[in-house]
Amino acid sequence: MAKREIVKSDKDYDKLVKEASPNSPIVKNCIKAFIGGGIICCIGQFLMNVLSSYGLVTEERNMAVSVILIGIASLLTGLGWYSKIGRFAGAGSVVPITGFSNSVTAPAIEFKKEGFVMGLGAKIFTVAGPVILYGTLTSIFVGIVYYFVR
Amino acid sequence: MDYVKAFIVGGGICVIGQILIDKTKLTSARILVLFVVLGCLLGGLGWYDKLIDFAGAGASVPLPGFGNTLAKGVMAEVDARGFAGALTGGLKSAAGGITAAIVFAFLAAVIFSPKEK
Repeated sequence: MAKREIVKSDKDYDKLVKEASPNSPIVKNCIKAFIGGGIICCIGQFLMNVLSSYGLVTEERNMAVSVILIGIASLLTGLGWYSKIGRFAGAGSVVPITGFSNSVTAPAIEFKKEGFVMGLGAKIFTVAGPVILYGTLTSIFVGIVYYFVR
Repeated sequence: MDYVKAFIVGGGICVIGQILIDKTKLTSARILVLFVVLGCLLGGLGWYDKLIDFAGAGASVPLPGFGNTLAKGVMAEVDARGFAGALTGGLKSAAGGITAAIVFAFLAAVIFSPKEK
């Protein structure tokens, strides 16, 4: 009986949240995501152009761009600035590779106090783990299909 | 011109993510997983490379570009090593990015402490 009451109040709470939330800020959020994501990609494009002028070939260059962006995002996360960017840009800060970097660095810093092995070490892959897991599984699937159809 | 294309395509991919977050309550972790998997599948079909040819960093910097790297790596490895390449190619191609993320994250965790929200 107590359980039923909780469920009921959960529903009520959902309703309250919906009523209290500002009406459909989705367009505004999308514009911000567009601007934030667009700027991050332009920084990537700038790095690409610079590295190309140093004669790096495509694959090395793209990897170098990723590594630099990952490093910058880690630093900004450590300084506490990336969450500020995230508050403005939403998905614009999550979807680029910098968001992946942030998702690795943020829990690493957060859980350091629980120890370097089971704190930092275990929690560092809280988000990146699933990404690497399903990315790897998909790549195996792609590889097997490619083996038979190429 | 390449900056305009990068901005529009990169921003556009982020808008898709934003719509998914706002409309479906998907958490950002699920968005990341979804985008990498999608990028990997599109990469396997050879479609994502066309987007990169057009938009440059606008397509390679967002996470589907990471998935595309996995797909391209696994296909190159299958070409080079046969069936065993399906097992090794993906992670091999992503090793640089993953290792960079681990190293920078570890360094950041050693240097910085959690900030008050």
